Amino acid sequence: MRIRLFLVLLVWLAAGLGATAARAAIDPALVARLAAEDNDEKVAAIAAIVATGDPDAERLLKSLADGELRHEGQEITLNNRVRRELEGAMAALRLFAPEVEVRRRAVKELASGAEDSLLPLVRKALEREADAALRADLQLIAAGLELKSGDKAVRLAAVRLLATSSSPAVKTLLLPLVEKSEPDEDVRRAATDSLKLVEARLARANFAGLVFSGVSLGSILLLAALGLAITYGLMGVINMAHGELIMIGAYTTYVVQNLFRSYAPGAFDAYLLCAVPAAFVVSAAVGMALERSVIRWLYGRPLETLLATWGLSLILIQAVRTIFGAQNVQVENPSFMSGGVEIFTGIVLPWSRIVIIAFAGAVLVLVGVLLARTRLGLFVRGVTQNRAMAACVGVPTARVDTWAFGLGSGLAGLAGCALSQIGNVGPDLGQAYIVDSFMVVVLGGVGQLAGTVYAALGLGFANKLLENWQGAVIAKIVVLLFIIAFIQKRPQGLFALKGRAVEA
Amino acid sequence: MKRRSFVKTLALVAALSTGFGSAEALAQAKTVKVGVLHSLSGTMAISETVLKDVALMAFEEINAKGGVMGHKIEASVVDPASNWPLFAEKARGLITQDKVAVVFGCWTSVSRKSVLPVFEELNSLLFYPVQYEGEELSKNVFYTGAAPNQQAIPAVEYLMSKDGGGAKRWVLLGTDYVYPRTTNKILRAFLKSKGVADKDIDEKYTPFGHSDYQTIVADIKKFSAGGKTAVVSTINGDSNVPFYKELGNQGLKATDVPVVAFSVGEEELRGVDTKPLVGHLAAWNYFMSVKNPANDEFTKKWAAYAKAKNLAGHKDKPLTNDPMEATYIGIYMWKQAVEKAKSFDTDKVIAAMGGQTFTAPSGFTATMDPKNHHLHKPVLIGEVKADGQFNVVWKTKGPVKAQPWSPFIAGNDKKKDEPEMIKTAAAPKK
Repeated sequence: MRIRLFLVLLVWLAAGLGATAARAAIDPALVARLAAEDNDEKVAAIAAIVATGDPDAERLLKSLADGELRHEGQEITLNNRVRRELEGAMAALRLFAPEVEVRRRAVKELASGAEDSLLPLVRKALEREADAALRADLQLIAAGLELKSGDKAVRLAAVRLLATSSSPAVKTLLLPLVEKSEPDEDVRRAATDSLKLVEARLARANFAGLVFSGVSLGSILLLAALGLAITYGLMGVINMAHGELIMIGAYTTYVVQNLFRSYAPGAFDAYLLCAVPAAFVVSAAVGMALERSVIRWLYGRPLETLLATWGLSLILIQAVRTIFGAQNVQVENPSFMSGGVEIFTGIVLPWSRIVIIAFAGAVLVLVGVLLARTRLGLFVRGVTQNRAMAACVGVPTARVDTWAFGLGSGLAGLAGCALSQIGNVGPDLGQAYIVDSFMVVVLGGVGQLAGTVYAALGLGFANKLLENWQGAVIAKIVVLLFIIAFIQKRPQGLFALKGRAVEA
Repeated sequence: MKRRSFVKTLALVAALSTGFGSAEALAQAKTVKVGVLHSLSGTMAISETVLKDVALMAFEEINAKGGVMGHKIEASVVDPASNWPLFAEKARGLITQDKVAVVFGCWTSVSRKSVLPVFEELNSLLFYPVQYEGEELSKNVFYTGAAPNQQAIPAVEYLMSKDGGGAKRWVLLGTDYVYPRTTNKILRAFLKSKGVADKDIDEKYTPFGHSDYQTIVADIKKFSAGGKTAVVSTINGDSNVPFYKELGNQGLKATDVPVVAFSVGEEELRGVDTKPLVGHLAAWNYFMSVKNPANDEFTKKWAAYAKAKNLAGHKDKPLTNDPMEATYIGIYMWKQAVEKAKSFDTDKVIAAMGGQTFTAPSGFTATMDPKNHHLHKPVLIGEVKADGQFNVVWKTKGPVKAQPWSPFIAGNDKKKDEPEMIKTAAAPKK
């Protein structure tokens, strides 16, 4: 068994080193221990391999981590514990890499919690490191490991140094010192002070994260409600099928994704760019068809509109269910939307949400310009303010209604396209957003785009703050109660139209 | 006299021959109706749809081999649409109108609780294939999924161990309904018995269908700064997709904070990019990746069936999971019990169920406990691999007996480990 592993190792060495394969390799007996049943044995072997300081150690460990190192043809099973040791060990070895970027990543990896056994390596790296920023980080890592030193002076210095850190891992290290395990009074006091500083920094970072998630939720609410702000807010149509128009946008994204997958797999990441206009056009077309066929006969009869559009929403749901099946469909994120950017240690802002916030902003600006600066916008505003007068001066009111409804529906489609990137896409997707959309529009004040924006962001923040404080279930209840109370007090919403337009 | 007897014999022969004739005709048309009660739409469809399909596959297989006691199985499939009261309504329809002999169905405990009174009132039979919180024993239900001691407790014990990372702090995260609440109550009591303080346990719930996990993941990160943390997730249904996407996007790695899930298997992870999730765990009694002849056969049959029936998703990437295995075991055990009882009668089948065995795809022989209506099953803990499959990192030596009444809930020590065999109270008295 050892012989076979040795062979594997040889193959690996030959592949990796080519002509220099003759160089002394890591003891095969040590490598064989990596395949041991017992995880303690594996961990010990990893530590021993790192300690050899062999230049090939890192590549050997990497092939183990990637599942390429085989033992008797079998993959060597790793679990979280072994993987953690492995990652730490590889990072420690990379501290000596010639490229600054590789070293920086290694330092970052170790900063989130290094094993005690790595202290000598970290010290050695510290001696060699030339980059000032990396030196500072390495010192913090070393200090974290020195907390367990037997020497009081060393511990005290380490604790003081750690006060400058803003990493959650440091809090993890300092907490036990403060709570119990530190025998020395001075060190404990210093640790308490350091911990306070670190925690203050962490709290600030957390708050930034909270603000971001509030904005993110607000942007999603805004996207969902923007179309409704036009169809309901401006035109006064209680459109219960608004959610389904969102759903149609999401399914359009799904279809576009599948087309790209089958016909242009190389350009898969670009599917989203094509899905955006497609979702707009399809939803707008469906919306205009609904307006022409059903809704326009019901203008001025809100109750009948409500009932008819609700029926339409059921028809649309069932139609989608028949075409695509009742199960959720999978919309994959393009690769540029996975992962995130770390703004503070531990606070990662996912790209998908950043993109959606930007997208919501862009859509808002476009709609604002469209309504304020274009001929169509002028007509829409004219018709909604005074239909009879607009008709008198020659505005084709019926056609404007259709276009405006199409615009509102198209915006719903855009919302669906965005939602498909973060949530589930299923026939019931719209149902989850219709209540939120109406909430935003009513709270913001009917007939006002600005109100919709404030209401969406306000609800987003309120929801996230409450969620942080009391959990998601309570947050939802409190927000609904607040809206009920608010509408009782101020039925016209946050921003009301003033003047004659209100009576019209 | 003689003549009379001759006529008699003649009549008898005639009667017998026609009798046989019709019996033969019956044998060809002899069927038994069986209900399948799984959500095919709504938030639970992501998990339950395949259970319907695997049940139909098992029926087809049994029918091909001559049916149950010579009766061909005829399936009545209904869709309760993730709507709990609708489960009860549909169950009643299956039993009273379709006259099914047995029902295979339900996933969430809230749906099971909803149909339970119906099955007890009409004295019918339900096979429930999903791990659950225990705290229930009905004469009319057979539980082929895991009880807490066959899933939740071993998983938490593993995470506490050195190999599992030695977790000291716990986030108990679930969907807001009876299963997560009860499981977390049991786990809290268990953790306390192991010396974990209340401040080191954070319990969190989200509504069904919740899709925004930003704050929750951020909170888990914050909480984990206070010491080695593990997350126990009892999130159910399609909320798992946004949850795992958020975990991946925010870079919460399993080596730092492992998440062990009780309702996430191969099927739920379909369509999630699992590369950032490598190392997160699930505890079940079966994984698709276990290697043994029974499982090879099971997965092969499923792949062929999915292809033949053109099942969306599965035809290209067939996946099996634990509740599918439990459904499959349940159907075969029911067949065996019917054949042992030589009757489809509920009470006779119940009496024959105890002690039934089946060579399960998990690689162990699953045995129905003689008394408590639960299976003796092995416990496996798996880590997610980059391809969405699970790597078994820990398992019990053999099958474990279920404890539906968890010893970690006060008062359970007095409860009997078998259902009360009161004659069904509301038996029809017409």
